[in-house]
Amino acid sequence: MTDSSASDTETADLETFRSETRAWLEANCPPEMRKPATSDADVFWGGRNAKFSSEPQRIWFERMRDKGWTVPDWPKEYGGGGLSAAEHKVLRTEMGRIGARPPLSSFGIWMLGPALLKYGNEAQKQEHLPKIAAGLIRWCQGYSEPNAGSDLASLQTRAESDGDDFVITGSKIWTSYANYADWIFCLVRTDPAAKKHDGISFILFDMASKGVTTKPILLISGYSPFCETFFDNVRVPKSHVVGTVNRGWDVAKYLLQHERAMISGMGERGVGRPLGQIAADSVGTDGLGRLDDSMLRGRIASFDVDEAALAACAERAVDLAKAGQAHPAFSSAMKYYGTELNKRRYEILMSAGGVDALEWESERSKQGARPRAWLRTKANSIEGGTTEVMLGIVAKRILDLPGA
Amino acid sequence: MALVLTEEQSMLRDSARGLISDKAPVAHLRHLRDSKDPTGFSKEFWHSFAEMGFAGLLVPEEFGGSGLGHVEAGVVMEEIGRTLMPSPFLATSVVAASALNRGGNAAQKSEYLPKISNGSLLAALAIDEGAKHRPLQTSLQAVRAGNGFKLSGAKALVVDGHVADLLIVAARTAGSAGEREGLTLFLVNSKAKGVAIERTIMVDAHNAARIALANVEVDADSVLGEVDQGAGLLDGVLDIGRGAVASEMVGLSEEVFNRTVEYLKSRKQFGKLIGEFQALQHRAAELYVDIEITRAAVMKALQALDTDVAKAASAVAVAKARAGTTATRAVQEGVQMHGGMGMTDQFDIGFFMKRARVCEELFGDANYHTEQLARARGY
Repeated sequence: MTDSSASDTETADLETFRSETRAWLEANCPPEMRKPATSDADVFWGGRNAKFSSEPQRIWFERMRDKGWTVPDWPKEYGGGGLSAAEHKVLRTEMGRIGARPPLSSFGIWMLGPALLKYGNEAQKQEHLPKIAAGLIRWCQGYSEPNAGSDLASLQTRAESDGDDFVITGSKIWTSYANYADWIFCLVRTDPAAKKHDGISFILFDMASKGVTTKPILLISGYSPFCETFFDNVRVPKSHVVGTVNRGWDVAKYLLQHERAMISGMGERGVGRPLGQIAADSVGTDGLGRLDDSMLRGRIASFDVDEAALAACAERAVDLAKAGQAHPAFSSAMKYYGTELNKRRYEILMSAGGVDALEWESERSKQGARPRAWLRTKANSIEGGTTEVMLGIVAKRILDLPGA
Repeated sequence: MALVLTEEQSMLRDSARGLISDKAPVAHLRHLRDSKDPTGFSKEFWHSFAEMGFAGLLVPEEFGGSGLGHVEAGVVMEEIGRTLMPSPFLATSVVAASALNRGGNAAQKSEYLPKISNGSLLAALAIDEGAKHRPLQTSLQAVRAGNGFKLSGAKALVVDGHVADLLIVAARTAGSAGEREGLTLFLVNSKAKGVAIERTIMVDAHNAARIALANVEVDADSVLGEVDQGAGLLDGVLDIGRGAVASEMVGLSEEVFNRTVEYLKSRKQFGKLIGEFQALQHRAAELYVDIEITRAAVMKALQALDTDVAKAASAVAVAKARAGTTATRAVQEGVQMHGGMGMTDQFDIGFFMKRARVCEELFGDANYHTEQLARARGY
């Protein structure tokens, strides 16, 4: 190979980066931040009204922010860490090694940021990306509507032109944490006469704007992570449109790929104690030290096989993307499988927990953490595109199956 | 290590694919089966394989081999899986070569490895005794006699056992069935007195034998590795074989899947291409995802074997378990979606179903490997 010396240097640099990163994380990640998040308070979302739930949470966030590692692979000029794909993988591996929590969770990081980097103009990037990286603004996503779920492109929220502004009227549903969000990235219909995919624009505005109201939706989990969001003649400057007016569907689709990749990774893969041991704690073991419920043990082992295989596939997806060999619709494949697997995990956890996993309101059960989390996972295969929509995308875009 | 093929590995795949699809398409297997070919594979083609450097792919260069790794062996196995070519590659070049290379002393290596590399020696591992793969249940007895041992017992599913010059036989020199201690591997000449070989024609028309040993005398030099301590060597060799069979199953699954998707795009019923029906689209999409995930798991296992065979066990268990369930699903959906055509012998798809069934049993089925993972994780 002619470039072997170049790749040797690259490997050596990467190993230096790994040892430096490992040392830095050892020195800077507080021990309290090396455990999986078990409640909402353990997750830091940033925003104008952000509060830290603990001192270690604040320290960890600030140290990571100062290195640009809330968004490690974004360019430094926008508040990122400027890491290459290979360095980013090293950082993720090293954080995983010590079980470090993400310092900042944000729809700005997972969804809007990548879309702005690709479709935003320079002013929009300068305005919004650094604030996302620093956790100053908390974003929400205005996509679904009461009559536009899986058929998202049939959305009806209207944006009418009025001088330099659009005036927006309509409603959104399933807007995650809209009641806590500072800004929204929103799909609106700017040309009602065009075909459904062609008259949509992607626009950004402040949730404090006149005419915006939110109403939390109580879910089967007893939590209200989603809202109904209403817009009554909300005035937004036209300069807030990302990409071209009426071409918002391109931005929306691109963003959905990132959303799907994010959701497929939501399961706590490889974190904490093995599922089989969690189950053995409550179910008990037989004379050979094996989980004393052979059918459950088999289900867990099959789950573990599939989970390990999916982890390899997620790693390969990143490597394929890096090598320029990835199919753009592959995130739909991962989203489908990852969410179905996460539902399986929680069915197993409920089965393993037995009576103890039924308690809904008690200190002992951390206010029913497990059954609420179990119910929450049922949304995984609905939000961000249902399993059925994902399979349709794989069938048409990857397998090139005909019609419908 | 990135989980994608390197440029060299892609080139190897292309040349293996070109050679195999040209000289040994599924029709080749069909011909061997229908003509009741006594060898069960093409000796001529095996020599071309050796000339390409494939026979000695895993053999170190000092013994005339190519000195490549398990990812490369997997690349070749995958191409074998696409056309179902019967080939000594698995038994001789992967399993036996690894056993000799990992367990052999200097004399054993220099005697056998060069002959494997040049294609002149065929070898077979004799391990299974019961209906299912249970290496520790080995009960074939080896008792000390003079300077050597006498071997007695029976083996089943000895891949290429009917053509092998050299048998690598797992035997019990101490302890009893089920114990790790007391296993020993022996190199046995297949022509030795007391060796009875019965070729077993199996469902997949590939090659295997049942072998009975009756007081077969071997000298002390024919022990491969350490007496009584063969389990560790065997674990590694079997894991290498499992990784290779898992690769074959990935190739097989993908080929069956591609043929099935093409059929969905060409077969019309109710005035429509059947690929337009959502019931079939979703099943095809699920299968595609299953195959992609399994491919990644298998690649992960092969890389783990290249890094350290002794630490690859869990990755290999995941790979072989996934490959088994995925291939089973792929061939079942393949036959079902081909409808009545899938049931005919004239159509190739049934060959894939038959081979998948054998690969599933070979070196442990999905249940066996899922169980191994559960034990490794301590529950």
